[in-house]
Amino acid sequence: MKSSISLLTVAAFMTAASGATAEEMTIVSWGGAYSKSQLKAYHEPYSEKTGVTILNDDSSAEAVAKLRAMNEAGNITWDVVDVVAADAIRLCDEGLAMEIDPDTMLAPAPDGTSAADDFGDLLVSDCFVPQIVYSTTFGYRTDLVGDTPPTDVCAVFDTEAYPGKRSLEKRPINNMEWALLCDGVAKDDVYDVLATSEGQEQALAKLDTIKDSVVWWSAGADTPQLLADGEVVMGSTYNGRLFSVIEEQNQPVAMLWDAQVFDLDGWIIPAGLSEERKQRALDYIMFATDTQRLADQAKWISYGPARASSAPLVGQHADLGIDMAPHMPTDPENAKNTFLYNYEFWADYRDDIDAKFQAWLAQ
Amino acid sequence: MTDASQNAGPMLAADGTPLKQSLARSLRRQKLRALMLVAPLLLFVMFSFIIPIASMLFRSVENSMVQETLPQTVEALQSWDETSGELPDEAVYDAFVRDMVVAVDNKTHTRLGSRLNYEETGMSSMFRRSGRKLGKMDPETDGPFKDQVIEIHEGWGDPNTWAIIKTHSPAVTNGYFLNAVDMRRTPEGAQSQPEDKQILIKLFGRTLFMSLVITGACILLAYPVSYLLATLPMRVSNLLMILVLLPFWTSLLVRTSAWKVMLQQQGVINDTLVWLGLVADDARLIIINNQIGTIVAMTHILLPFMILPMYSVMQTIPDSYTRAAKSMGATNWTTFWRIYFPQSVPGIGAGSILVFILAIGYYITPEIVGGTKGVFISNRIAYHISSSLNWGLAAALGTILLAVVLLLYWCYDKIVGIDNVKLG
Repeated sequence: MKSSISLLTVAAFMTAASGATAEEMTIVSWGGAYSKSQLKAYHEPYSEKTGVTILNDDSSAEAVAKLRAMNEAGNITWDVVDVVAADAIRLCDEGLAMEIDPDTMLAPAPDGTSAADDFGDLLVSDCFVPQIVYSTTFGYRTDLVGDTPPTDVCAVFDTEAYPGKRSLEKRPINNMEWALLCDGVAKDDVYDVLATSEGQEQALAKLDTIKDSVVWWSAGADTPQLLADGEVVMGSTYNGRLFSVIEEQNQPVAMLWDAQVFDLDGWIIPAGLSEERKQRALDYIMFATDTQRLADQAKWISYGPARASSAPLVGQHADLGIDMAPHMPTDPENAKNTFLYNYEFWADYRDDIDAKFQAWLAQ
Repeated sequence: MTDASQNAGPMLAADGTPLKQSLARSLRRQKLRALMLVAPLLLFVMFSFIIPIASMLFRSVENSMVQETLPQTVEALQSWDETSGELPDEAVYDAFVRDMVVAVDNKTHTRLGSRLNYEETGMSSMFRRSGRKLGKMDPETDGPFKDQVIEIHEGWGDPNTWAIIKTHSPAVTNGYFLNAVDMRRTPEGAQSQPEDKQILIKLFGRTLFMSLVITGACILLAYPVSYLLATLPMRVSNLLMILVLLPFWTSLLVRTSAWKVMLQQQGVINDTLVWLGLVADDARLIIINNQIGTIVAMTHILLPFMILPMYSVMQTIPDSYTRAAKSMGATNWTTFWRIYFPQSVPGIGAGSILVFILAIGYYITPEIVGGTKGVFISNRIAYHISSSLNWGLAAALGTILLAVVLLLYWCYDKIVGIDNVKLG
């Protein structure tokens, strides 16, 4: 409460300042390697082309709450915000993000395919322009799993074959789905089962079998650190984080792509910007989400571009010089068994299941 | 005094005005000047402390959204009996379509959906999915609406949906406070949450218990240190003081992360114990991601807040008292317990209040080292602020926490007496 309220006050004081930012825009993202990839692929070329100065703010993790506070204070200081799809849907529902029409506001593919078709199903909200496909998946210590490295996500629930701790995210999303999959529920039925309280109990009961062996994480950097320290045998995190542990830090870690959960990350423009800032934000989005730019980002981080037309253009890592395509979650070899996060389901059930999940955790 | 009896009129100042008036004016001027000097601080406290807290208290009962978004529906629902188990009549559906046409136009219907989804899972998608079709209806010509609306989403054909809307329509609600104590507002009155969702009371209890343990641990650790600081020669004690203050100046996150490195199973403490042969390699101690982790890390972080007030109180205890006691034949223990300790109690009181109140609101440290059993109620407040956006519930939880602190403060005042607290 305190921080968001003080934000209101701060925002009020900053009204005067924001008037002077004629050729500046504030872009909000996640920080770290991800922001760096955006800086190289989008910000630098865009500044060069237009002369607009881009200011970075690494606040995406609290973007929803902060945007709401800014909106209540009547002073939006952000121009473009990078959020996960679930947050974009929430912001759209709350009227905090503006609607973006893909046909008129986004660039078509080089072959003339409209942006709406190029993005396809990934346009999950009227306010959201997807940028990357990332996945939440497992990594394991190659030196701690014996002679039979895991190939199946259910290895996570098999503490006999793979003794040791595993790290899971401290929230129900993804964990509940994996638990049901490994408890014999068919992939297509998972969300139908999870919508019932019996199904939720079933998932928690399955998680209960490994509860004592789980280290719960809340920041994306936790699992890579736990794996590097040998604190856990396997753990879930975002595939880009595992890529950097494996390829950049050369730790004895390998990917377990089975039942990886696809999710999207992309841009929204806050509602209530002045006409001038809105046009600038739209211009930036049009530039940053075209086919070439999305493919460029993959030079810096192992997340798949959200446009179908970008996939063939993915090249090599800018520093390491390795082919990036086999490290993409969308690569056919990795995507043999994938799971698509159901946004609508979680928008409805998040609060309910989270309360049950937290109550179960606290037992 | 004969002069005074002759001049019965008021005493006059040099400029001829009555002295009383002149004094009052200069006093008033002085007060005004003093007020202007503190005005910046007053304004600052007003804007950064009093107004935010008041607005937080208000949010915990504020619930005007339902009425504002669906004014006619709420009005029409007044004559419907939600306990009858039957659907409301056409008038309600008619009013609902009229309201929704306006709401969809203003894009407030999805917001209401999110609000009601806190009460009944599924409301969010119901409003989102129905919005487009309902928004296109013409209230004047397209009626009757009952069957059409139910056709759009079957949820509108469930009496429970309407009961939820009616139950949560008052502009001032106790719903958030009920939620904050594991209960909920239903058409049949307040009821407790299903057992598998009860967690908040447990967290309140745990927060209080662990804060007490942390305060206790701080007292035990800080007392000898403060005693040394107060009694050692200046040169040595200054050095000690720096050792106390150095971690105090280090970032909270750095210190918490350092504890992670120390306490984890492959961490420094476990490695040392295994190396010494005190602990078997396959039975390493679990001292992080549980209550022990939280207590250890928070005790360390809050220790300076206990040491500093204790130290400054102990410094003021004159040496001569203890010497006098000893000269009259008291043993070391008696001298300490009967002479020194009672005089140091105000420092313990001040330190305890500081540490306890800080501990009760901590959330970063429990989040990082607390695992599942070592988290506090503040972690749930943070979740509702930043993830679920249920600010009403977060405000209610915050208000209860504030009330608990004030209550404990009052108890402390009654039992120990707040006059006995000294910061030096």
